[in-house]
Amino acid sequence: MWSFFHKLGSPPWLYRITGSILRWLLPLTLIALAVGAVWGLLFTAPDFRQGNSYRIIYIHVPSAVVALAGYYVMAFAGAISLIWKMKMADVAMKSCAPVGAALTFIALVTGAIWGKPTWGTWWVWDARITSMLILLFLYLGVIALYEAFDNKEAAGKACAVLTLVGTVNIPIIYKSVDWWYSLHQPASIKFTGESSIDPSMLYPLLLMIGSFYALFTCALLMNMRLEILRRESRTGWVRKLVGA
Amino acid sequence: MSAPGLLAFCGRLLRRQLVLALRRPVDIGNPLLFFAMVVALFPLGLGPAPAALAGFAPGILWIIALLANLLTADNLFRGDFEDGSLEQLLLSPQPLYLSVLAYVLAQWLVTGLLLAVLSPLFALMLGLPGAAVPTLVASLLLGTAVLSLVGGIGAALTVGLKRGGMLIALLILPFYMPVLIFGSAAVQAVVGGMPAASHLAILGAMLCLSVALAPLAISAALRISIDA
Repeated sequence: MWSFFHKLGSPPWLYRITGSILRWLLPLTLIALAVGAVWGLLFTAPDFRQGNSYRIIYIHVPSAVVALAGYYVMAFAGAISLIWKMKMADVAMKSCAPVGAALTFIALVTGAIWGKPTWGTWWVWDARITSMLILLFLYLGVIALYEAFDNKEAAGKACAVLTLVGTVNIPIIYKSVDWWYSLHQPASIKFTGESSIDPSMLYPLLLMIGSFYALFTCALLMNMRLEILRRESRTGWVRKLVGA
Repeated sequence: MSAPGLLAFCGRLLRRQLVLALRRPVDIGNPLLFFAMVVALFPLGLGPAPAALAGFAPGILWIIALLANLLTADNLFRGDFEDGSLEQLLLSPQPLYLSVLAYVLAQWLVTGLLLAVLSPLFALMLGLPGAAVPTLVASLLLGTAVLSLVGGIGAALTVGLKRGGMLIALLILPFYMPVLIFGSAAVQAVVGGMPAASHLAILGAMLCLSVALAPLAISAALRISIDA
Protein backbone atom coordinates (compact mmCIF):
# COMPACT_ATOMS: atom_id res chain seq x y z
CA MET A 1 0.00 0.00 0.00
CA TRP A 2 2.78 2.40 0.91
CA SER A 3 4.69 1.59 -2.25
CA PHE A 4 1.69 2.95 -4.18
CA PHE A 5 1.91 6.12 -2.13
CA HIS A 6 5.63 6.43 -2.81
CA LYS A 7 5.15 5.79 -6.51
CA LEU A 8 2.75 8.75 -6.63
CA GLY A 9 5.76 10.95 -6.03
CA SER A 10 7.62 9.62 -9.04
CA PRO A 11 7.08 11.70 -12.20
CA PRO A 12 7.78 8.93 -14.79
CA TRP A 13 5.46 6.51 -12.97
CA LEU A 14 2.71 9.12 -12.69
CA TYR A 15 3.16 10.09 -16.32
CA ARG A 16 2.80 6.47 -17.42
CA ILE A 17 -0.17 5.64 -15.17
CA THR A 18 -2.10 8.80 -16.10
CA GLY A 19 -1.46 7.95 -19.74
CA SER A 20 -3.06 4.54 -19.37
CA ILE A 21 -5.95 6.01 -17.35
CA LEU A 22 -6.61 8.64 -19.99
CA ARG A 23 -6.56 6.03 -22.76
CA TRP A 24 -9.92 4.65 -21.59
CA LEU A 25 -11.27 7.53 -19.48
CA LEU A 26 -11.12 10.13 -22.25
CA PRO A 27 -13.17 8.19 -24.87
CA LEU A 28 -15.62 7.15 -22.15
CA THR A 29 -16.02 10.77 -21.05
CA LEU A 30 -16.63 11.99 -24.58
CA ILE A 31 -19.24 9.27 -25.18
CA ALA A 32 -20.99 10.06 -21.87
CA LEU A 33 -20.95 13.79 -22.69
CA ALA A 34 -22.42 13.15 -26.14
CA VAL A 35 -25.10 10.81 -24.79
CA GLY A 36 -26.00 13.18 -21.96
CA ALA A 37 -26.13 16.20 -24.24
CA VAL A 38 -28.28 14.51 -26.91
CA TRP A 39 -30.58 13.02 -24.25
CA GLY A 40 -30.96 16.29 -22.42
CA LEU A 41 -31.20 18.58 -25.43
CA LEU A 42 -33.39 16.45 -27.73
CA PHE A 43 -35.25 13.76 -25.81
CA THR A 44 -36.55 15.43 -22.65
CA ALA A 45 -39.90 17.18 -22.46
CA PRO A 46 -39.84 20.99 -22.58
CA ASP A 47 -40.41 22.73 -19.26
CA PHE A 48 -44.04 23.80 -18.81
CA ARG A 49 -43.05 27.35 -17.92
CA GLN A 50 -39.65 27.95 -19.51
CA GLY A 51 -40.20 25.97 -22.69
CA ASN A 52 -36.99 24.89 -24.33
CA SER A 53 -34.73 27.52 -22.78
CA TYR A 54 -34.29 25.45 -19.62
CA ARG A 55 -32.24 22.90 -21.58
CA ILE A 56 -29.11 24.93 -20.90
CA ILE A 57 -29.35 23.41 -17.41
CA TYR A 58 -27.50 20.41 -18.86
CA ILE A 59 -24.41 22.59 -19.30
CA HIS A 60 -24.92 25.21 -16.59
CA VAL A 61 -25.47 23.04 -13.52
CA PRO A 62 -22.72 20.46 -14.21
CA SER A 63 -20.11 23.13 -14.90
CA ALA A 64 -21.07 25.07 -11.74
CA VAL A 65 -21.03 21.94 -9.57
CA VAL A 66 -17.66 20.80 -10.85
CA ALA A 67 -16.20 24.33 -10.66
CA LEU A 68 -16.92 24.35 -6.92
CA ALA A 69 -15.67 20.80 -6.41
CA GLY A 70 -12.55 21.65 -8.43
CA TYR A 71 -11.59 24.26 -5.88
CA TYR A 72 -11.62 21.61 -3.18
CA VAL A 73 -9.45 19.36 -5.33
CA MET A 74 -7.02 22.25 -5.75
CA ALA A 75 -7.01 23.06 -2.02
CA PHE A 76 -6.60 19.40 -1.11
CA ALA A 77 -3.65 19.05 -3.47
CA GLY A 78 -2.22 22.28 -2.07
CA ALA A 79 -2.52 20.97 1.50
CA ILE A 80 -0.80 17.71 0.54
CA SER A 81 2.05 19.57 -1.15
CA LEU A 82 2.48 21.86 1.86
CA ILE A 83 2.33 19.13 4.50
CA TRP A 84 4.14 16.22 2.83
CA LYS A 85 6.11 18.29 0.30
CA MET A 86 4.99 16.06 -2.55
CA LYS A 87 6.04 17.58 -5.87
CA MET A 88 3.28 15.84 -7.78
CA ALA A 89 0.60 17.29 -5.50
CA ASP A 90 2.03 20.67 -6.39
CA VAL A 91 1.71 19.78 -10.07
CA ALA A 92 -1.92 18.74 -9.49
CA MET A 93 -2.72 21.99 -7.70
CA LYS A 94 -1.15 24.12 -10.40
CA SER A 95 -2.95 22.18 -13.13
CA CYS A 96 -6.30 22.53 -11.38
CA ALA A 97 -6.48 26.31 -11.52
CA PRO A 98 -6.97 26.89 -15.28
CA VAL A 99 -9.49 24.02 -15.55
CA GLY A 100 -11.48 25.32 -12.60
CA ALA A 101 -11.37 28.87 -13.92
CA ALA A 102 -12.64 27.71 -17.31
CA LEU A 103 -15.53 25.78 -15.73
CA THR A 104 -16.47 28.74 -13.54
CA PHE A 105 -16.43 30.95 -16.61
CA ILE A 106 -18.67 28.50 -18.50
CA ALA A 107 -21.08 28.42 -15.55
CA LEU A 108 -21.24 32.23 -15.49
CA VAL A 109 -21.70 32.59 -19.27
CA THR A 110 -24.36 29.88 -19.55
CA GLY A 111 -26.07 31.40 -16.52
CA ALA A 112 -26.16 34.78 -18.26
CA ILE A 113 -27.53 33.21 -21.46
CA TRP A 114 -30.17 31.39 -19.41
CA GLY A 115 -30.99 34.50 -17.41
CA LYS A 116 -31.90 36.61 -20.45
CA PRO A 117 -35.04 34.64 -21.52
CA THR A 118 -36.12 33.58 -18.00
CA TRP A 119 -35.33 36.58 -15.79
CA GLY A 120 -35.20 39.19 -18.57
CA THR A 121 -31.64 40.23 -17.74
CA TRP A 122 -28.16 39.00 -18.50
CA TRP A 123 -26.80 39.72 -15.08
CA VAL A 124 -28.09 40.42 -11.59
CA TRP A 125 -26.05 40.98 -8.46
CA ASP A 126 -27.61 38.00 -6.79
CA ALA A 127 -25.70 36.23 -4.01
CA ARG A 128 -25.05 33.01 -5.93
CA ILE A 129 -23.98 34.80 -9.11
CA THR A 130 -21.75 37.27 -7.28
CA SER A 131 -20.13 34.51 -5.26
CA MET A 132 -19.44 32.48 -8.40
CA LEU A 133 -17.76 35.59 -9.81
CA ILE A 134 -15.64 35.70 -6.64
CA LEU A 135 -14.77 32.04 -7.23
CA LEU A 136 -13.53 32.99 -10.71
CA PHE A 137 -11.39 35.72 -9.14
CA LEU A 138 -9.99 33.21 -6.64
CA TYR A 139 -8.95 30.87 -9.44
CA LEU A 140 -7.46 33.71 -11.46
CA GLY A 141 -5.64 35.00 -8.37
CA VAL A 142 -3.95 31.62 -7.92
CA ILE A 143 -2.83 31.64 -11.57
CA ALA A 144 -1.58 35.24 -11.27
CA LEU A 145 0.35 34.49 -8.06
CA TYR A 146 1.96 31.39 -9.57
CA GLU A 147 3.10 33.29 -12.62
CA ALA A 148 4.49 36.17 -10.54
CA PHE A 149 7.15 34.01 -8.86
CA ASP A 150 10.36 33.25 -10.71
CA ASN A 151 11.17 30.52 -8.21
CA LYS A 152 8.54 27.91 -9.08
CA GLU A 153 9.01 25.94 -5.86
CA ALA A 154 8.12 29.01 -3.81
CA ALA A 155 5.31 29.75 -6.26
CA GLY A 156 3.75 26.36 -5.54
CA LYS A 157 3.95 26.84 -1.78
CA ALA A 158 2.58 30.39 -1.92
CA CYS A 159 -0.32 29.24 -4.10
CA ALA A 160 -1.01 26.37 -1.70
CA VAL A 161 -1.36 28.86 1.18
CA LEU A 162 -3.61 31.05 -0.94
CA THR A 163 -5.89 28.17 -1.98
CA LEU A 164 -6.19 27.01 1.62
CA VAL A 165 -7.18 30.52 2.70
CA GLY A 166 -9.69 30.54 -0.16
CA THR A 167 -11.50 27.43 1.07
CA VAL A 168 -13.15 29.70 3.64
CA ASN A 169 -15.20 31.15 0.78
CA ILE A 170 -16.40 27.89 -0.76
CA PRO A 171 -19.05 26.87 1.82
CA ILE A 172 -20.35 30.46 1.64
CA ILE A 173 -20.74 30.17 -2.14
CA TYR A 174 -22.36 26.76 -1.76
CA LYS A 175 -24.90 27.93 0.83
CA SER A 176 -25.41 31.42 -0.62
CA VAL A 177 -28.69 30.48 -2.34
CA ASP A 178 -30.16 29.32 0.94
CA TRP A 179 -28.92 32.24 3.04
CA TRP A 180 -29.64 35.14 0.68
CA TYR A 181 -32.60 33.95 -1.30
CA SER A 182 -33.28 36.34 -4.18
CA LEU A 183 -33.43 35.51 -7.89
CA HIS A 184 -31.31 32.39 -8.26
CA GLN A 185 -33.26 29.32 -7.15
CA PRO A 186 -31.95 27.04 -4.42
CA ALA A 187 -30.59 23.61 -5.31
CA SER A 188 -33.17 21.34 -6.94
CA ILE A 189 -31.22 18.13 -6.46
CA LYS A 190 -30.97 16.87 -2.91
CA PHE A 191 -29.21 13.83 -1.56
CA THR A 192 -31.78 13.51 1.21
CA GLY A 193 -35.46 14.10 0.61
CA GLU A 194 -37.26 14.53 -2.67
CA SER A 195 -35.68 16.49 -5.51
CA SER A 196 -37.83 19.26 -6.96
CA ILE A 197 -36.97 18.20 -10.51
CA ASP A 198 -38.83 15.57 -12.53
CA PRO A 199 -36.97 12.22 -12.88
CA SER A 200 -37.18 12.39 -16.69
CA MET A 201 -35.14 15.60 -16.56
CA LEU A 202 -33.05 14.50 -13.57
CA TYR A 203 -31.42 11.42 -15.08
CA PRO A 204 -29.81 13.15 -18.07
CA LEU A 205 -28.74 15.93 -15.70
CA LEU A 206 -27.07 13.44 -13.36
CA LEU A 207 -25.38 11.84 -16.36
CA MET A 208 -24.11 15.26 -17.45
CA ILE A 209 -22.84 16.04 -13.93
CA GLY A 210 -21.00 12.72 -13.91
CA SER A 211 -19.56 13.40 -17.36
CA PHE A 212 -18.39 16.84 -16.30
CA TYR A 213 -16.60 15.33 -13.31
CA ALA A 214 -14.93 12.91 -15.71
CA LEU A 215 -14.16 15.75 -18.11
CA PHE A 216 -12.59 17.71 -15.26
CA THR A 217 -10.48 14.67 -14.35
CA CYS A 218 -9.34 14.24 -17.96
CA ALA A 219 -8.45 17.91 -18.36
CA LEU A 220 -6.64 17.86 -15.00
CA LEU A 221 -4.63 14.76 -15.89
CA MET A 222 -3.73 16.10 -19.34
CA ASN A 223 -2.65 19.39 -17.77
CA MET A 224 -0.61 17.49 -15.17
CA ARG A 225 1.14 15.41 -17.84
CA LEU A 226 2.10 18.55 -19.70
CA GLU A 227 3.39 20.14 -16.50
CA ILE A 228 5.36 17.00 -15.60
CA LEU A 229 7.03 17.02 -19.03
CA ARG A 230 7.79 20.71 -18.67
CA ARG A 231 9.37 20.32 -15.24
CA GLU A 232 11.27 17.15 -16.09
CA SER A 233 12.36 18.34 -19.51
CA ARG A 234 16.04 17.96 -18.59
CA THR A 235 15.79 14.38 -17.33
CA GLY A 236 16.71 11.28 -19.26
CA TRP A 237 13.29 9.66 -19.41
CA VAL A 238 11.65 12.71 -20.97
CA ARG A 239 14.44 13.04 -23.53
CA LYS A 240 14.00 9.38 -24.41
CA LEU A 241 10.23 9.86 -24.60
CA VAL A 242 10.36 12.73 -27.06
CA GLY A 243 13.19 11.07 -28.96
CA ALA A 244 15.69 13.87 -28.55
CA MET B 1 21.54 38.79 27.51
CA SER B 2 18.40 36.93 28.45
CA ALA B 3 15.49 36.77 26.02
CA PRO B 4 12.52 38.94 26.96
CA GLY B 5 9.22 37.32 27.98
CA LEU B 6 6.52 36.73 25.45
CA LEU B 7 4.35 39.72 26.27
CA ALA B 8 7.34 42.01 26.66
CA PHE B 9 8.60 40.88 23.26
CA CYS B 10 5.29 41.56 21.56
CA GLY B 11 4.98 44.87 23.35
CA ARG B 12 8.42 45.92 22.14
CA LEU B 13 7.63 44.80 18.60
CA LEU B 14 4.40 46.78 18.65
CA ARG B 15 6.21 49.83 20.01
CA ARG B 16 8.91 49.52 17.38
CA GLN B 17 6.35 49.39 14.57
CA LEU B 18 4.48 52.37 15.97
CA VAL B 19 7.67 54.38 16.42
CA LEU B 20 8.65 53.58 12.84
CA ALA B 21 5.24 54.69 11.65
CA LEU B 22 5.24 57.89 13.72
CA ARG B 23 8.67 58.87 12.41
CA ARG B 24 7.10 59.05 8.96
CA PRO B 25 3.90 60.99 9.66
CA VAL B 26 3.35 61.51 5.93
CA ASP B 27 2.81 57.78 5.51
CA ILE B 28 0.12 57.90 8.18
CA GLY B 29 -1.49 60.93 6.58
CA ASN B 30 -1.50 59.55 3.04
CA PRO B 31 -4.36 57.04 3.44
CA LEU B 32 -6.46 59.71 5.14
CA LEU B 33 -5.72 62.17 2.36
CA PHE B 34 -6.59 59.45 -0.15
CA PHE B 35 -9.87 58.90 1.69
CA ALA B 36 -10.71 62.60 1.53
CA MET B 37 -9.81 62.90 -2.15
CA VAL B 38 -11.84 59.89 -3.24
CA VAL B 39 -14.81 61.19 -1.24
CA ALA B 40 -14.50 64.34 -3.33
CA LEU B 41 -14.53 62.24 -6.54
CA PHE B 42 -18.01 60.84 -5.97
CA PRO B 43 -19.97 64.12 -6.04
CA LEU B 44 -18.04 64.98 -9.21
CA GLY B 45 -18.83 61.65 -10.84
CA LEU B 46 -22.34 61.00 -9.57
CA GLY B 47 -23.54 64.62 -9.46
CA PRO B 48 -23.86 66.68 -6.29
CA ALA B 49 -27.58 65.94 -5.59
CA PRO B 50 -27.62 65.45 -1.79
CA ALA B 51 -30.37 62.81 -1.74
CA ALA B 52 -28.58 60.53 -4.20
CA LEU B 53 -25.24 60.95 -2.43
CA ALA B 54 -26.78 60.21 0.96
CA GLY B 55 -28.27 57.02 -0.47
CA PHE B 56 -24.91 55.84 -1.77
CA ALA B 57 -22.93 57.12 1.22
CA PRO B 58 -22.68 53.83 3.19
CA GLY B 59 -21.34 51.98 0.17
CA ILE B 60 -19.05 54.83 -0.90
CA LEU B 61 -17.49 55.22 2.54
CA TRP B 62 -16.94 51.50 2.90
CA ILE B 63 -15.42 51.10 -0.55
CA ILE B 64 -13.00 53.96 0.06
CA ALA B 65 -12.00 52.55 3.45
CA LEU B 66 -11.37 49.21 1.73
CA LEU B 67 -9.24 50.80 -1.01
CA ALA B 68 -7.26 52.87 1.49
CA ASN B 69 -6.56 49.70 3.42
CA LEU B 70 -5.56 47.89 0.25
CA LEU B 71 -3.05 50.58 -0.64
CA THR B 72 -1.33 50.37 2.74
CA ALA B 73 -1.33 46.56 2.89
CA ASP B 74 1.63 46.27 0.54
CA ASN B 75 3.94 48.15 2.94
CA LEU B 76 3.23 45.94 5.94
CA PHE B 77 6.34 43.76 5.66
CA ARG B 78 8.22 45.32 2.75
CA GLY B 79 10.59 47.59 4.69
CA ASP B 80 11.55 44.87 7.15
CA PHE B 81 11.94 42.37 4.34
CA GLU B 82 14.33 44.62 2.46
CA ASP B 83 16.60 45.45 5.42
CA GLY B 84 16.64 41.85 6.67
CA SER B 85 14.98 42.37 10.04
CA LEU B 86 12.11 40.11 8.96
CA GLU B 87 14.60 37.28 8.59
CA GLN B 88 15.83 37.92 12.13
CA LEU B 89 12.25 37.79 13.34
CA LEU B 90 11.74 34.38 11.71
CA LEU B 91 14.95 33.13 13.33
CA SER B 92 14.00 34.35 16.80
CA PRO B 93 12.64 31.80 19.28
CA GLN B 94 9.45 33.81 19.85
CA PRO B 95 6.24 32.42 18.32
CA LEU B 96 5.72 33.96 14.93
CA TYR B 97 1.95 33.95 15.43
CA LEU B 98 2.13 36.69 18.07
CA SER B 99 4.82 38.71 16.29
CA VAL B 100 2.70 38.78 13.15
CA LEU B 101 -0.30 39.84 15.20
CA ALA B 102 1.76 42.71 16.62
CA TYR B 103 2.71 43.83 13.09
CA VAL B 104 -0.89 43.79 11.93
CA LEU B 105 -2.13 45.51 15.09
CA ALA B 106 0.40 48.31 14.64
CA GLN B 107 -0.65 48.74 11.01
CA TRP B 108 -4.34 48.78 11.96
CA LEU B 109 -3.74 51.41 14.66
CA VAL B 110 -2.29 53.86 12.14
CA THR B 111 -4.71 53.12 9.27
CA GLY B 112 -8.02 51.43 10.13
CA LEU B 113 -8.45 53.02 13.53
CA LEU B 114 -7.69 56.51 12.22
CA LEU B 115 -10.01 56.00 9.25
CA ALA B 116 -12.82 54.87 11.52
CA VAL B 117 -12.30 57.80 13.89
CA LEU B 118 -12.26 60.33 11.05
CA SER B 119 -15.10 58.73 9.06
CA PRO B 120 -17.91 60.80 10.70
CA LEU B 121 -16.39 63.89 9.06
CA PHE B 122 -16.57 62.33 5.60
CA ALA B 123 -20.00 60.87 6.37
CA LEU B 124 -21.30 64.36 7.04
CA MET B 125 -19.76 65.64 3.81
CA LEU B 126 -21.69 62.98 1.89
CA GLY B 127 -24.88 63.68 3.84
CA LEU B 128 -25.16 60.35 5.64
CA PRO B 129 -27.97 60.62 8.25
CA GLY B 130 -26.52 61.36 11.70
CA ALA B 131 -28.20 58.34 13.28
CA ALA B 132 -26.13 56.01 11.12
CA VAL B 133 -22.77 57.54 12.04
CA PRO B 134 -22.13 55.49 15.24
CA THR B 135 -22.86 52.30 13.30
CA LEU B 136 -20.51 53.43 10.54
CA VAL B 137 -17.71 53.95 13.05
CA ALA B 138 -18.41 50.63 14.77
CA SER B 139 -18.56 48.70 11.50
CA LEU B 140 -15.35 50.34 10.29
CA LEU B 141 -13.58 49.56 13.56
CA LEU B 142 -14.45 45.87 13.29
CA GLY B 143 -14.22 45.63 9.52
CA THR B 144 -10.89 47.38 8.95
CA ALA B 145 -9.30 45.06 11.53
CA VAL B 146 -10.43 42.09 9.42
CA LEU B 147 -9.18 43.86 6.30
CA SER B 148 -5.76 44.45 7.87
CA LEU B 149 -5.45 40.78 8.87
CA VAL B 150 -6.51 39.50 5.45
CA GLY B 151 -4.37 42.13 3.75
CA GLY B 152 -1.45 40.82 5.80
CA ILE B 153 -1.80 37.44 4.06
CA GLY B 154 -1.55 39.11 0.66
CA ALA B 155 1.38 41.25 1.84
CA ALA B 156 3.23 38.20 3.17
CA LEU B 157 2.66 36.23 -0.03
CA THR B 158 3.93 39.01 -2.30
CA VAL B 159 6.63 40.58 -0.13
CA GLY B 160 9.42 38.81 -2.00
CA LEU B 161 8.15 39.89 -5.42
CA LYS B 162 9.40 43.01 -7.11
CA ARG B 163 6.11 43.72 -8.83
CA GLY B 164 3.73 42.98 -5.99
CA GLY B 165 1.55 46.09 -6.08
CA MET B 166 -1.14 45.08 -8.55
CA LEU B 167 -0.98 41.41 -7.64
CA ILE B 168 -1.79 41.96 -3.98
CA ALA B 169 -5.03 43.67 -4.99
CA LEU B 170 -6.02 40.71 -7.19
CA LEU B 171 -5.23 38.27 -4.41
CA ILE B 172 -7.00 39.85 -1.48
CA LEU B 173 -9.94 41.74 -2.99
CA PRO B 174 -12.04 38.54 -3.22
CA PHE B 175 -11.54 38.14 0.52
CA TYR B 176 -12.42 41.79 1.17
CA MET B 177 -15.82 41.38 -0.47
CA PRO B 178 -17.64 39.62 2.39
CA VAL B 179 -16.43 42.33 4.79
CA LEU B 180 -17.69 45.01 2.43
CA ILE B 181 -21.08 43.29 2.14
CA PHE B 182 -21.71 43.17 5.88
CA GLY B 183 -20.02 46.49 6.67
CA SER B 184 -22.09 48.55 4.28
CA ALA B 185 -25.20 46.47 5.02
CA ALA B 186 -24.90 47.41 8.70
CA VAL B 187 -24.87 51.13 7.86
CA GLN B 188 -27.65 50.76 5.30
CA ALA B 189 -29.78 48.90 7.85
CA VAL B 190 -29.63 51.83 10.24
CA VAL B 191 -30.38 54.30 7.44
CA GLY B 192 -33.45 52.19 6.61
CA GLY B 193 -34.58 52.13 10.25
CA MET B 194 -33.57 48.55 10.97
CA PRO B 195 -31.29 47.26 13.73
CA ALA B 196 -27.68 46.68 12.64
CA ALA B 197 -26.72 44.33 15.47
CA SER B 198 -26.83 41.16 13.38
CA HIS B 199 -24.51 42.60 10.70
CA LEU B 200 -22.11 43.89 13.33
CA ALA B 201 -22.21 40.49 15.04
CA ILE B 202 -21.22 38.80 11.76
CA LEU B 203 -18.38 41.31 11.33
CA GLY B 204 -17.28 40.46 14.87
CA ALA B 205 -17.40 36.76 14.04
CA MET B 206 -15.28 37.41 10.94
CA LEU B 207 -12.80 39.28 13.14
CA CYS B 208 -12.59 36.36 15.60
CA LEU B 209 -12.06 33.92 12.75
CA SER B 210 -9.39 36.02 11.09
CA VAL B 211 -7.55 36.74 14.36
CA ALA B 212 -7.42 33.00 14.92
CA LEU B 213 -6.44 31.90 11.40
CA ALA B 214 -4.91 34.79 9.45
CA PRO B 215 -1.66 34.96 11.51
CA LEU B 216 -1.08 31.27 10.74
CA ALA B 217 -1.43 31.92 7.02
CA ILE B 218 0.73 35.03 7.28
CA SER B 219 3.49 33.13 9.13
CA ALA B 220 3.46 30.33 6.57
CA ALA B 221 3.52 32.84 3.72
CA LEU B 222 6.39 34.80 5.29
CA ARG B 223 8.49 31.63 5.61
CA ILE B 224 7.84 30.85 1.95
CA SER B 225 8.72 34.38 0.87
CA ILE B 226 11.94 34.37 2.89
CA ASP B 227 12.96 30.97 1.50
CA ALA B 228 12.33 32.02 -2.09
